Amino acid sequence: MTFSSHKKTAPYLFLSPFLLLFVIFGLYPLVKSLILAFYVTNGPKSQVFVGWDNFRFLFSDPDFHKAVRNTSLFAFFSVLVQLPLSLGLALLLNQSGLRGRDFFRFAFFSPHLVGQVFVAVLFSVIFIPHFGLLNRGLHALIGLDLDTKWLGNSNLVMPALILTSLWMYVGFNMIYFLAALQNVDLDLYDAAYVDGANAFRRFLHVTLPGIRGVTVFVMILATIGSFQLFELPFVMLGNGAGPDGAGLTIVMYLYMNGFVNGDLGYASTIGWTLAIGVFLISMLQMYLTGMWKRLD
Amino acid sequence: MRRTFFLTLLYLALCVCTAVMLTPMVWLVAASFKGPDDLFHYVFFAPFLEPESFRERTKEIGLLGYFGNLLLTLVPKIEFHNFRQLFGDIPFFRFVMNSCFVAGTTVIVQLFFSSLGGFALAKYEFKGKRFVMGLMLGTMMIPAQVLMAPLYELIFKLGLVDTYVGLIVPGAVSVFGMFLFRQSMLDLPDELLYAGRIDGCGEFRLYWDIALPVSRPMIGAFTLISFMGSWNSFLWPQIILHSQDRFTLPIGLNQMVGVYSQEYGTLMAGTLLSVLPVMLLFFLLQKEFISGLAAGAIKG
Repeated sequence: MTFSSHKKTAPYLFLSPFLLLFVIFGLYPLVKSLILAFYVTNGPKSQVFVGWDNFRFLFSDPDFHKAVRNTSLFAFFSVLVQLPLSLGLALLLNQSGLRGRDFFRFAFFSPHLVGQVFVAVLFSVIFIPHFGLLNRGLHALIGLDLDTKWLGNSNLVMPALILTSLWMYVGFNMIYFLAALQNVDLDLYDAAYVDGANAFRRFLHVTLPGIRGVTVFVMILATIGSFQLFELPFVMLGNGAGPDGAGLTIVMYLYMNGFVNGDLGYASTIGWTLAIGVFLISMLQMYLTGMWKRLD
Repeated sequence: MRRTFFLTLLYLALCVCTAVMLTPMVWLVAASFKGPDDLFHYVFFAPFLEPESFRERTKEIGLLGYFGNLLLTLVPKIEFHNFRQLFGDIPFFRFVMNSCFVAGTTVIVQLFFSSLGGFALAKYEFKGKRFVMGLMLGTMMIPAQVLMAPLYELIFKLGLVDTYVGLIVPGAVSVFGMFLFRQSMLDLPDELLYAGRIDGCGEFRLYWDIALPVSRPMIGAFTLISFMGSWNSFLWPQIILHSQDRFTLPIGLNQMVGVYSQEYGTLMAGTLLSVLPVMLLFFLLQKEFISGLAAGAIKG
Protein backbone atom coordinates (compact mmCIF):
# COMPACT_ATOMS: atom_id res chain seq x y z
CA MET A 1 0.00 0.00 0.00
CA THR A 2 1.93 3.04 -1.16
CA PHE A 3 0.82 6.39 -2.32
CA SER A 4 3.53 8.97 -2.79
CA SER A 5 2.44 12.53 -2.26
CA HIS A 6 4.12 15.82 -1.79
CA LYS A 7 5.42 16.73 1.64
CA LYS A 8 3.12 19.76 1.73
CA THR A 9 -0.13 17.92 1.09
CA ALA A 10 0.67 14.78 3.12
CA PRO A 11 -0.34 16.15 6.57
CA TYR A 12 -3.72 17.29 5.23
CA LEU A 13 -4.25 13.88 3.68
CA PHE A 14 -3.28 12.16 6.94
CA LEU A 15 -5.65 14.36 8.92
CA SER A 16 -8.50 14.08 6.42
CA PRO A 17 -10.21 11.11 8.15
CA PHE A 18 -10.37 13.11 11.38
CA LEU A 19 -11.48 16.31 9.67
CA LEU A 20 -14.12 14.55 7.58
CA LEU A 21 -15.59 12.65 10.52
CA PHE A 22 -15.36 15.76 12.68
CA VAL A 23 -17.44 17.78 10.26
CA ILE A 24 -20.08 15.06 9.79
CA PHE A 25 -20.29 13.55 13.26
CA GLY A 26 -19.03 16.44 15.41
CA LEU A 27 -19.66 19.86 13.95
CA TYR A 28 -22.99 19.11 12.27
CA PRO A 29 -24.55 17.45 15.36
CA LEU A 30 -23.21 20.27 17.53
CA VAL A 31 -24.94 22.94 15.45
CA LYS A 32 -27.98 20.73 15.05
CA SER A 33 -28.27 20.17 18.81
CA LEU A 34 -28.32 23.94 19.35
CA ILE A 35 -31.26 24.14 16.94
CA LEU A 36 -32.99 21.01 18.25
CA ALA A 37 -32.90 22.38 21.79
CA PHE A 38 -35.64 24.80 20.73
CA TYR A 39 -37.84 22.16 19.12
CA VAL A 40 -40.22 19.52 20.37
CA THR A 41 -39.74 16.34 18.36
CA ASN A 42 -41.42 13.02 18.11
CA GLY A 43 -38.67 10.71 17.00
CA PRO A 44 -36.40 11.86 14.16
CA LYS A 45 -39.31 12.69 11.83
CA SER A 46 -41.57 15.39 13.25
CA GLN A 47 -40.31 18.67 14.73
CA VAL A 48 -42.15 21.72 16.04
CA PHE A 49 -40.43 24.97 17.02
CA VAL A 50 -41.23 25.95 20.63
CA GLY A 51 -38.64 28.62 21.45
CA TRP A 52 -37.49 28.66 25.07
CA ASP A 53 -40.34 26.36 26.17
CA ASN A 54 -38.03 23.34 26.49
CA PHE A 55 -35.81 25.20 28.93
CA ARG A 56 -38.80 26.61 30.81
CA PHE A 57 -40.28 23.15 31.15
CA LEU A 58 -36.93 21.63 32.12
CA PHE A 59 -36.35 24.04 34.98
CA SER A 60 -39.87 23.55 36.32
CA ASP A 61 -39.95 19.76 35.96
CA PRO A 62 -39.79 18.10 39.41
CA ASP A 63 -38.23 15.01 37.81
CA PHE A 64 -35.35 17.12 36.54
CA HIS A 65 -34.94 18.67 39.99
CA LYS A 66 -34.75 15.19 41.44
CA ALA A 67 -32.22 14.12 38.80
CA VAL A 68 -30.03 17.16 39.52
CA ARG A 69 -30.26 16.59 43.27
CA ASN A 70 -29.39 12.89 42.97
CA THR A 71 -26.53 13.46 40.55
CA SER A 72 -25.05 16.31 42.61
CA LEU A 73 -25.25 14.26 45.81
CA PHE A 74 -23.57 11.36 44.05
CA ALA A 75 -20.85 13.58 42.59
CA PHE A 76 -20.16 15.35 45.89
CA PHE A 77 -19.96 12.26 48.06
CA SER A 78 -18.22 9.96 45.61
CA VAL A 79 -15.47 12.53 45.00
CA LEU A 80 -15.25 13.32 48.72
CA VAL A 81 -14.82 9.66 49.66
CA GLN A 82 -12.80 8.59 46.64
CA LEU A 83 -9.98 11.10 46.50
CA PRO A 84 -8.65 10.72 50.06
CA LEU A 85 -8.80 6.93 49.74
CA SER A 86 -7.06 7.02 46.35
CA LEU A 87 -4.35 9.24 47.80
CA GLY A 88 -4.07 6.97 50.84
CA LEU A 89 -3.55 3.89 48.67
CA ALA A 90 -1.01 5.76 46.56
CA LEU A 91 0.89 6.78 49.71
CA LEU A 92 0.97 3.15 50.88
CA LEU A 93 2.29 2.01 47.50
CA ASN A 94 4.86 4.81 47.37
CA GLN A 95 6.74 3.66 50.49
CA SER A 96 10.35 2.80 49.73
CA GLY A 97 11.42 -0.82 50.16
CA LEU A 98 7.98 -2.17 49.31
CA ARG A 99 8.01 -5.50 47.50
CA GLY A 100 5.22 -6.66 45.22
CA ARG A 101 4.23 -3.12 44.29
CA ASP A 102 3.11 -4.23 40.82
CA PHE A 103 0.80 -6.84 42.29
CA PHE A 104 -0.87 -4.43 44.73
CA ARG A 105 -1.18 -1.78 42.05
CA PHE A 106 -2.90 -4.26 39.75
CA ALA A 107 -5.21 -5.45 42.53
CA PHE A 108 -6.35 -1.89 43.24
CA PHE A 109 -6.57 -0.89 39.60
CA SER A 110 -8.24 -4.03 38.21
CA PRO A 111 -11.90 -3.04 38.89
CA HIS A 112 -11.47 -0.20 36.43
CA LEU A 113 -11.01 -2.74 33.64
CA VAL A 114 -14.53 -4.01 34.20
CA GLY A 115 -17.07 -2.03 32.21
CA GLN A 116 -19.76 -0.10 34.09
CA VAL A 117 -22.51 -2.38 32.83
CA PHE A 118 -20.70 -5.50 33.99
CA VAL A 119 -19.95 -3.89 37.36
CA ALA A 120 -23.62 -2.97 37.58
CA VAL A 121 -24.76 -6.56 36.94
CA LEU A 122 -22.21 -7.93 39.41
CA PHE A 123 -23.15 -5.47 42.15
CA SER A 124 -26.87 -5.80 41.56
CA VAL A 125 -26.40 -9.42 42.68
CA ILE A 126 -23.94 -8.50 45.46
CA PHE A 127 -26.60 -6.13 46.85
CA ILE A 128 -29.51 -8.60 46.83
CA PRO A 129 -31.13 -9.14 50.23
CA HIS A 130 -30.34 -12.25 52.24
CA PHE A 131 -28.01 -14.04 49.80
CA GLY A 132 -25.93 -11.13 48.53
CA LEU A 133 -22.28 -10.82 49.46
CA LEU A 134 -22.63 -7.38 51.04
CA ASN A 135 -25.47 -8.29 53.40
CA ARG A 136 -23.77 -11.52 54.42
CA GLY A 137 -20.51 -9.71 55.03
CA LEU A 138 -22.07 -6.86 56.98
CA HIS A 139 -24.26 -9.31 58.90
CA ALA A 140 -21.19 -11.25 60.01
CA LEU A 141 -19.16 -8.13 60.81
CA ILE A 142 -21.61 -5.70 62.41
CA GLY A 143 -24.84 -7.68 62.59
CA LEU A 144 -26.66 -5.74 59.89
CA ASP A 145 -30.11 -7.06 58.95
CA LEU A 146 -29.66 -9.79 56.33
CA ASP A 147 -32.73 -8.57 54.48
CA THR A 148 -31.52 -5.01 53.95
CA LYS A 149 -32.77 -4.05 50.49
CA TRP A 150 -29.99 -1.84 49.14
CA LEU A 151 -31.59 -1.32 45.76
CA GLY A 152 -35.19 -1.46 46.99
CA ASN A 153 -35.00 1.25 49.63
CA SER A 154 -34.91 4.82 48.36
CA ASN A 155 -32.57 5.89 51.17
CA LEU A 156 -30.02 3.21 50.41
CA VAL A 157 -29.84 3.48 46.62
CA MET A 158 -27.40 6.41 46.67
CA PRO A 159 -25.03 4.84 49.24
CA ALA A 160 -25.07 1.65 47.16
CA LEU A 161 -24.17 3.59 44.00
CA ILE A 162 -21.42 5.52 45.78
CA LEU A 163 -19.98 2.28 47.16
CA THR A 164 -20.01 0.68 43.72
CA SER A 165 -18.32 3.62 42.04
CA LEU A 166 -15.79 3.73 44.87
CA TRP A 167 -14.81 0.15 44.07
CA MET A 168 -14.55 0.99 40.37
CA TYR A 169 -12.57 4.19 40.49
CA VAL A 170 -10.50 4.31 43.69
CA GLY A 171 -7.63 2.40 42.06
CA PHE A 172 -7.87 4.32 38.81
CA ASN A 173 -7.41 7.67 40.56
CA MET A 174 -4.67 6.11 42.68
CA ILE A 175 -2.55 5.66 39.50
CA TYR A 176 -2.56 9.43 38.95
CA PHE A 177 -1.64 10.14 42.58
CA LEU A 178 1.12 7.52 42.48
CA ALA A 179 2.62 9.09 39.35
CA ALA A 180 2.45 12.50 41.01
CA LEU A 181 4.04 11.27 44.26
CA GLN A 182 6.93 9.75 42.34
CA ASN A 183 7.53 13.16 40.78
CA VAL A 184 7.84 15.10 44.04
CA ASP A 185 11.39 16.38 44.44
CA LEU A 186 13.20 14.08 46.90
CA ASP A 187 15.58 16.88 47.91
CA LEU A 188 12.65 18.73 49.45
CA TYR A 189 12.00 15.77 51.76
CA ASP A 190 15.65 15.69 52.76
CA ALA A 191 15.63 19.41 53.45
CA ALA A 192 12.47 19.12 55.53
CA TYR A 193 13.97 16.14 57.40
CA VAL A 194 17.11 18.09 58.20
CA ASP A 195 14.95 20.96 59.42
CA GLY A 196 13.37 18.53 61.88
CA ALA A 197 9.93 18.13 60.29
CA ASN A 198 8.19 14.90 61.31
CA ALA A 199 6.43 12.60 58.83
CA PHE A 200 3.09 14.34 59.19
CA ARG A 201 4.55 17.81 58.66
CA ARG A 202 6.56 16.55 55.68
CA PHE A 203 3.32 15.23 54.19
CA LEU A 204 1.54 18.52 54.87
CA HIS A 205 4.25 20.88 53.63
CA VAL A 206 6.12 18.90 50.97
CA THR A 207 3.88 16.13 49.60
CA LEU A 208 0.57 17.97 49.40
CA PRO A 209 1.89 21.10 47.65
CA GLY A 210 3.89 18.83 45.33
CA ILE A 211 0.84 16.92 44.11
CA ARG A 212 -1.55 19.84 44.07
CA GLY A 213 -1.80 20.10 40.29
CA VAL A 214 -2.64 16.43 39.85
CA THR A 215 -5.10 16.54 42.75
CA VAL A 216 -7.10 19.31 41.12
CA PHE A 217 -6.88 17.49 37.78
CA VAL A 218 -8.20 14.26 39.32
CA MET A 219 -10.91 16.10 41.25
CA ILE A 220 -12.21 17.84 38.14
CA LEU A 221 -12.12 14.64 36.06
CA ALA A 222 -13.91 12.69 38.80
CA THR A 223 -16.56 15.40 39.12
CA ILE A 224 -17.18 15.50 35.36
CA GLY A 225 -17.37 11.71 35.28
CA SER A 226 -19.78 11.64 38.24
CA PHE A 227 -22.15 14.08 36.57
CA GLN A 228 -22.38 11.71 33.61
CA LEU A 229 -23.48 8.80 35.80
CA PHE A 230 -25.88 6.60 33.86
CA GLU A 231 -25.02 2.92 33.35
CA LEU A 232 -24.60 1.98 37.01
CA PRO A 233 -28.05 3.03 38.23
CA PHE A 234 -29.78 2.22 34.93
CA VAL A 235 -28.65 -1.40 34.89
CA MET A 236 -28.63 -1.96 38.67
CA LEU A 237 -32.18 -0.65 39.03
CA GLY A 238 -33.59 -2.74 36.19
CA ASN A 239 -33.53 -0.09 33.44
CA GLY A 240 -35.39 2.43 35.56
CA ALA A 241 -34.93 5.07 38.21
CA GLY A 242 -35.44 2.79 41.22
CA PRO A 243 -37.74 3.27 44.23
CA ASP A 244 -39.16 6.84 44.33
CA GLY A 245 -36.78 7.74 41.51
CA ALA A 246 -33.91 7.60 43.99
CA GLY A 247 -31.53 6.52 41.24
CA LEU A 248 -32.65 9.02 38.60
CA THR A 249 -29.63 10.86 37.17
CA ILE A 250 -29.40 13.68 34.65
CA VAL A 251 -28.16 11.47 31.81
CA MET A 252 -30.84 8.88 32.62
CA TYR A 253 -33.43 11.66 32.44
CA LEU A 254 -31.96 12.60 29.05
CA TYR A 255 -32.04 9.01 27.83
CA MET A 256 -35.62 8.45 28.98
CA ASN A 257 -36.90 11.64 27.36
CA GLY A 258 -34.88 11.45 24.18
CA PHE A 259 -34.72 7.78 23.36
CA VAL A 260 -37.62 6.16 25.21
CA ASN A 261 -40.17 8.94 24.74
CA GLY A 262 -38.56 10.03 21.47
CA ASP A 263 -38.23 13.78 22.11
CA LEU A 264 -34.81 14.44 20.60
CA GLY A 265 -35.33 18.20 20.92
CA TYR A 266 -35.86 18.04 24.65
CA ALA A 267 -32.89 15.64 24.94
CA SER A 268 -30.71 18.33 23.33
CA THR A 269 -32.01 20.86 25.83
CA ILE A 270 -31.03 18.56 28.69
CA GLY A 271 -27.66 17.83 27.07
CA TRP A 272 -26.77 21.51 26.77
CA THR A 273 -27.93 22.27 30.29
CA LEU A 274 -25.75 19.45 31.60
CA ALA A 275 -22.74 20.54 29.54
CA ILE A 276 -22.99 24.16 30.70
CA GLY A 277 -23.56 23.10 34.30
CA VAL A 278 -20.54 20.79 34.32
CA PHE A 279 -18.42 23.46 32.64
CA LEU A 280 -19.37 26.03 35.30
CA ILE A 281 -18.65 23.57 38.11
CA SER A 282 -15.22 22.78 36.64
CA MET A 283 -14.47 26.50 36.38
CA LEU A 284 -15.60 26.99 39.98
CA GLN A 285 -13.33 24.18 41.13
CA MET A 286 -10.37 25.69 39.29
CA TYR A 287 -11.14 29.10 40.77
CA LEU A 288 -11.52 27.82 44.32
CA THR A 289 -8.32 25.78 44.19
CA GLY A 290 -6.32 28.68 42.82
CA MET A 291 -5.52 26.82 39.59
CA TRP A 292 -7.05 29.75 37.77
CA LYS A 293 -4.02 31.99 38.24
CA ARG A 294 -1.60 29.30 37.12
CA LEU A 295 -3.32 29.06 33.76
CA ASP A 296 -2.64 32.69 32.85
CA MET B 1 13.32 -2.80 64.62
CA ARG B 2 11.09 0.20 64.05
CA ARG B 3 11.53 -0.30 60.32
CA THR B 4 10.38 -3.93 60.51
CA PHE B 5 7.36 -2.94 62.56
CA PHE B 6 6.50 -0.25 60.05
CA LEU B 7 6.85 -2.60 57.09
CA THR B 8 4.70 -5.26 58.76
CA LEU B 9 2.00 -2.68 59.35
CA LEU B 10 2.32 -1.51 55.74
CA TYR B 11 1.92 -5.01 54.31
CA LEU B 12 -0.98 -5.69 56.66
CA ALA B 13 -2.79 -2.57 55.47
CA LEU B 14 -2.08 -3.39 51.83
CA CYS B 15 -3.30 -6.97 52.21
CA VAL B 16 -6.54 -5.84 53.85
CA CYS B 17 -7.13 -3.34 51.03
CA THR B 18 -6.31 -5.97 48.41
CA ALA B 19 -8.72 -8.44 50.00
CA VAL B 20 -11.50 -5.84 49.99
CA MET B 21 -10.84 -4.89 46.37
CA LEU B 22 -10.59 -8.45 45.07
CA THR B 23 -13.48 -9.96 47.05
CA PRO B 24 -16.19 -8.99 44.52
CA MET B 25 -14.20 -10.59 41.69
CA VAL B 26 -13.51 -13.77 43.67
CA TRP B 27 -17.18 -13.90 44.57
CA LEU B 28 -18.04 -13.50 40.88
CA VAL B 29 -15.83 -16.49 39.97
CA ALA B 30 -17.29 -18.57 42.81
CA ALA B 31 -20.88 -17.71 41.91
CA SER B 32 -20.25 -18.60 38.27
CA PHE B 33 -18.99 -22.09 39.06
CA LYS B 34 -21.62 -22.98 41.67
CA GLY B 35 -24.47 -25.38 41.12
CA PRO B 36 -28.05 -24.10 41.24
CA ASP B 37 -28.59 -25.25 44.85
CA ASP B 38 -25.22 -24.18 46.23
CA LEU B 39 -25.74 -20.58 45.20
CA PHE B 40 -27.86 -19.79 48.22
CA HIS B 41 -26.09 -22.06 50.72
CA TYR B 42 -22.48 -21.00 50.38
CA VAL B 43 -21.11 -17.49 50.19
CA PHE B 44 -18.10 -18.49 48.11
CA PHE B 45 -17.31 -21.94 46.75
CA ALA B 46 -19.28 -24.95 47.87
CA PRO B 47 -16.98 -27.68 49.26
CA PHE B 48 -16.57 -30.84 47.22
CA LEU B 49 -17.83 -32.83 50.21
CA GLU B 50 -20.36 -31.09 52.40
CA PRO B 51 -19.43 -30.94 56.10
CA GLU B 52 -22.78 -32.45 57.15
CA SER B 53 -22.39 -35.61 55.12
CA PHE B 54 -18.76 -35.70 56.19
CA ARG B 55 -19.75 -35.75 59.86
CA GLU B 56 -22.11 -38.68 59.29
CA ARG B 57 -19.53 -40.67 57.38
CA THR B 58 -16.70 -40.18 59.89
CA LYS B 59 -18.31 -42.73 62.22
CA GLU B 60 -17.85 -45.52 59.70
CA ILE B 61 -14.42 -44.83 58.28
CA GLY B 62 -10.89 -45.25 59.59
CA LEU B 63 -8.28 -42.59 60.34
CA LEU B 64 -6.94 -42.47 56.76
CA GLY B 65 -10.44 -42.14 55.33
CA TYR B 66 -11.14 -39.47 57.92
CA PHE B 67 -8.32 -37.26 56.72
CA GLY B 68 -9.10 -38.06 53.10
CA ASN B 69 -12.66 -36.85 53.56
CA LEU B 70 -11.48 -33.85 55.57
CA LEU B 71 -9.37 -32.82 52.59
CA LEU B 72 -12.35 -33.19 50.30
CA THR B 73 -14.31 -30.62 52.32
CA LEU B 74 -11.56 -28.12 51.50
CA VAL B 75 -11.65 -28.76 47.76
CA PRO B 76 -14.10 -26.44 46.00
CA LYS B 77 -16.86 -28.10 44.05
CA ILE B 78 -16.85 -26.80 40.50
CA GLU B 79 -19.99 -27.06 38.40
CA PHE B 80 -20.54 -25.86 34.87
CA HIS B 81 -24.32 -25.75 35.11
CA ASN B 82 -24.39 -21.94 34.71
CA PHE B 83 -22.23 -21.97 31.61
CA ARG B 84 -24.28 -24.74 30.01
CA GLN B 85 -27.40 -22.69 30.57
CA LEU B 86 -25.68 -19.56 29.29
CA PHE B 87 -24.83 -21.14 25.96
CA GLY B 88 -27.94 -23.30 25.75
CA ASP B 89 -30.92 -21.04 26.43
CA ILE B 90 -29.54 -17.61 25.62
CA PRO B 91 -27.94 -16.32 22.41
CA PHE B 92 -24.95 -15.49 24.57
CA PHE B 93 -22.44 -16.85 22.09
CA ARG B 94 -23.91 -14.51 19.50
CA PHE B 95 -23.38 -11.53 21.84
CA VAL B 96 -19.76 -12.58 22.38
CA MET B 97 -19.08 -12.85 18.66
CA ASN B 98 -20.80 -9.51 17.99
CA SER B 99 -18.74 -7.81 20.68
CA CYS B 100 -15.53 -9.36 19.32
CA PHE B 101 -16.33 -8.11 15.85
CA VAL B 102 -17.31 -4.59 16.95
CA ALA B 103 -14.39 -4.16 19.35
CA GLY B 104 -11.88 -5.66 16.91
CA THR B 105 -13.00 -3.41 14.07
CA THR B 106 -13.06 -0.35 16.31
CA VAL B 107 -9.53 -0.99 17.57
CA ILE B 108 -8.07 -1.44 14.08
CA VAL B 109 -9.85 1.59 12.59
CA GLN B 110 -9.09 3.88 15.56
CA LEU B 111 -5.49 2.71 15.71
CA PHE B 112 -4.92 3.46 12.03
CA PHE B 113 -6.64 6.85 11.82
CA SER B 114 -5.37 8.10 15.18
CA SER B 115 -1.74 7.18 14.56
CA LEU B 116 -1.90 8.63 11.04
CA GLY B 117 -3.30 11.92 12.37
CA GLY B 118 -0.86 11.91 15.27
CA PHE B 119 2.02 11.45 12.83
CA ALA B 120 0.89 14.44 10.77
CA LEU B 121 0.70 16.60 13.90
CA ALA B 122 4.04 15.46 15.26
CA LYS B 123 6.27 15.56 12.19
CA TYR B 124 4.92 18.17 9.78
CA GLU B 125 4.73 21.94 9.84
CA PHE B 126 1.70 23.10 7.91
CA LYS B 127 -0.82 25.88 7.75
CA GLY B 128 -3.74 25.41 10.12
CA LYS B 129 -1.93 23.01 12.46
CA ARG B 130 -2.71 25.09 15.52
CA PHE B 131 -6.30 25.33 14.36
CA VAL B 132 -6.60 21.54 14.07
CA MET B 133 -5.09 21.06 17.54
CA GLY B 134 -7.50 23.62 18.96
CA LEU B 135 -10.36 21.81 17.27
CA MET B 136 -9.27 18.54 18.83
CA LEU B 137 -9.08 20.06 22.31
CA GLY B 138 -12.51 21.54 21.73
CA THR B 139 -14.05 18.18 20.85
CA MET B 140 -12.65 16.70 24.05
CA MET B 141 -14.39 19.41 26.08
CA ILE B 142 -17.86 18.70 24.72
CA PRO B 143 -19.63 15.93 26.64
CA ALA B 144 -20.92 13.14 24.39
CA GLN B 145 -24.46 13.60 25.74
CA VAL B 146 -24.86 16.93 23.96
CA LEU B 147 -24.36 15.29 20.58
CA MET B 148 -26.36 12.15 21.31
CA ALA B 149 -29.77 13.28 20.04
CA PRO B 150 -28.71 14.98 16.76
CA LEU B 151 -26.26 12.17 16.11
CA TYR B 152 -29.07 9.65 16.39
CA GLU B 153 -31.20 11.78 14.08
CA LEU B 154 -28.33 11.87 11.55
CA ILE B 155 -27.77 8.12 11.75
CA PHE B 156 -31.50 7.64 11.28
CA LYS B 157 -31.56 9.86 8.18
CA LEU B 158 -28.58 7.99 6.74
CA GLY B 159 -30.51 4.75 7.24
CA LEU B 160 -27.82 3.37 9.54
CA VAL B 161 -29.92 2.63 12.64
CA ASP B 162 -29.40 -0.96 13.81
CA THR B 163 -26.19 -1.35 11.76
CA TYR B 164 -22.58 -1.70 12.87
CA VAL B 165 -21.61 1.09 10.47
CA GLY B 166 -23.82 3.47 12.47
CA LEU B 167 -22.33 2.09 15.68
CA ILE B 168 -18.65 2.31 14.75
CA VAL B 169 -18.13 5.09 12.18
CA PRO B 170 -19.04 8.16 14.31
CA GLY B 171 -16.26 7.16 16.73
CA ALA B 172 -13.78 5.91 14.14
CA VAL B 173 -11.18 8.55 15.01
CA SER B 174 -10.14 8.96 18.63
CA VAL B 175 -8.95 12.49 19.38
CA PHE B 176 -7.37 11.24 22.60
CA GLY B 177 -5.53 8.65 20.51
CA MET B 178 -4.27 11.32 18.13
CA PHE B 179 -2.81 13.23 21.07
CA LEU B 180 -1.19 10.08 22.45
CA PHE B 181 0.41 9.18 19.13
CA ARG B 182 1.51 12.75 18.49
CA GLN B 183 3.23 12.69 21.90
CA SER B 184 5.05 9.43 21.21
CA MET B 185 6.10 10.42 17.67
CA LEU B 186 7.48 13.84 18.66
CA ASP B 187 10.70 12.15 19.77
CA LEU B 188 11.23 10.52 16.38
CA PRO B 189 14.40 12.09 14.89
CA ASP B 190 13.76 14.16 11.76
CA GLU B 191 17.00 12.82 10.24
CA LEU B 192 15.36 9.41 9.95
CA LEU B 193 12.56 10.90 7.87
CA TYR B 194 14.99 12.88 5.67
CA ALA B 195 16.97 9.73 5.05
CA GLY B 196 13.78 7.96 4.10
CA ARG B 197 12.83 10.71 1.66
CA ILE B 198 16.26 10.62 0.02
CA ASP B 199 15.86 6.88 -0.40
CA GLY B 200 12.66 7.62 -2.27
CA CYS B 201 10.07 6.70 0.35
CA GLY B 202 6.62 8.22 -0.13
CA GLU B 203 5.17 10.11 2.84
CA PHE B 204 2.85 7.23 3.67
CA ARG B 205 5.82 4.83 3.72
CA LEU B 206 7.54 7.15 6.22
CA TYR B 207 4.53 6.74 8.49
CA TRP B 208 4.06 3.02 7.94
CA ASP B 209 7.69 1.85 7.95
CA ILE B 210 9.39 4.35 10.27
CA ALA B 211 7.00 6.22 12.57
CA LEU B 212 4.60 3.37 13.35
CA PRO B 213 7.22 0.76 14.37
CA VAL B 214 8.89 3.33 16.63
CA SER B 215 5.69 3.95 18.58
CA ARG B 216 5.05 0.32 19.41
CA PRO B 217 4.59 0.91 23.15
CA MET B 218 1.90 3.48 22.38
CA ILE B 219 0.21 1.04 19.99
CA GLY B 220 0.00 -1.40 22.89
CA ALA B 221 -1.38 1.19 25.29
CA PHE B 222 -3.89 2.56 22.83
CA THR B 223 -5.06 -0.90 21.75
CA LEU B 224 -6.10 -1.55 25.35
CA ILE B 225 -7.73 1.87 25.77
CA SER B 226 -9.62 1.54 22.50
CA PHE B 227 -10.65 -2.07 23.14
CA MET B 228 -11.91 -1.24 26.64
CA GLY B 229 -13.85 1.72 25.33
CA SER B 230 -15.61 -0.33 22.68
CA TRP B 231 -16.07 -3.55 24.65
CA ASN B 232 -17.58 -1.77 27.66
CA SER B 233 -19.60 0.80 25.72
CA PHE B 234 -23.29 0.85 26.56
CA LEU B 235 -25.24 4.05 25.87
CA TRP B 236 -24.53 4.49 22.13
CA PRO B 237 -25.05 0.78 21.25
CA GLN B 238 -28.21 0.80 23.37
CA ILE B 239 -29.52 3.69 21.26
CA ILE B 240 -28.37 2.39 17.87
CA LEU B 241 -28.90 -1.38 18.03
CA HIS B 242 -32.46 -2.69 18.01
CA SER B 243 -32.46 -6.33 16.89
CA GLN B 244 -31.27 -8.91 19.35
CA ASP B 245 -28.96 -10.75 16.97
CA ARG B 246 -26.87 -7.60 16.62
CA PHE B 247 -26.57 -6.90 20.38
CA THR B 248 -23.14 -6.50 21.90
CA LEU B 249 -22.39 -7.99 25.32
CA PRO B 250 -23.30 -4.99 27.53
CA ILE B 251 -26.67 -4.64 25.79
CA GLY B 252 -27.28 -8.37 25.76
CA LEU B 253 -26.33 -8.81 29.40
CA ASN B 254 -28.53 -5.90 30.45
CA GLN B 255 -31.42 -7.55 28.66
CA MET B 256 -30.63 -10.83 30.40
CA VAL B 257 -30.93 -9.11 33.79
CA GLY B 258 -34.55 -8.41 32.97
CA VAL B 259 -35.36 -11.86 31.60
CA TYR B 260 -33.30 -14.06 33.94
CA SER B 261 -33.60 -11.91 37.05
CA GLN B 262 -33.86 -14.90 39.37
CA GLU B 263 -31.05 -16.98 37.83
CA TYR B 264 -28.15 -15.24 39.49
CA GLY B 265 -25.66 -18.00 38.65
CA THR B 266 -26.27 -17.66 34.91
CA LEU B 267 -25.99 -13.88 35.13
CA MET B 268 -22.72 -14.14 37.03
CA ALA B 269 -21.29 -16.63 34.54
CA GLY B 270 -22.20 -14.24 31.73
CA THR B 271 -20.60 -11.33 33.60
CA LEU B 272 -17.44 -13.34 34.23
CA LEU B 273 -17.06 -14.21 30.54
CA SER B 274 -17.71 -10.57 29.60
CA VAL B 275 -15.00 -9.33 31.92
CA LEU B 276 -12.34 -11.88 31.00
CA PRO B 277 -11.22 -10.57 27.55
CA VAL B 278 -10.31 -7.12 28.89
CA MET B 279 -8.45 -8.71 31.81
CA LEU B 280 -6.46 -10.93 29.44
CA LEU B 281 -5.61 -8.03 27.17
CA PHE B 282 -4.52 -6.00 30.17
CA PHE B 283 -2.10 -8.72 31.26
CA LEU B 284 -0.61 -8.76 27.77
CA LEU B 285 -0.27 -4.97 27.53
CA GLN B 286 -0.07 -3.74 31.13
CA LYS B 287 3.48 -2.37 30.95
CA GLU B 288 2.67 -0.12 28.01
CA PHE B 289 -0.68 0.83 29.51
CA ILE B 290 0.53 1.96 32.93
CA SER B 291 3.46 3.93 31.47
CA GLY B 292 1.15 5.52 28.91
CA LEU B 293 -1.35 6.53 31.61
CA ALA B 294 1.35 7.89 33.89
CA ALA B 295 2.92 9.87 31.07
CA GLY B 296 -0.49 11.37 30.32
CA ALA B 297 -0.91 12.37 33.95
CA ILE B 298 2.38 14.22 34.14
CA LYS B 299 2.34 15.83 30.72
CA GLY B 300 -1.39 16.51 30.73
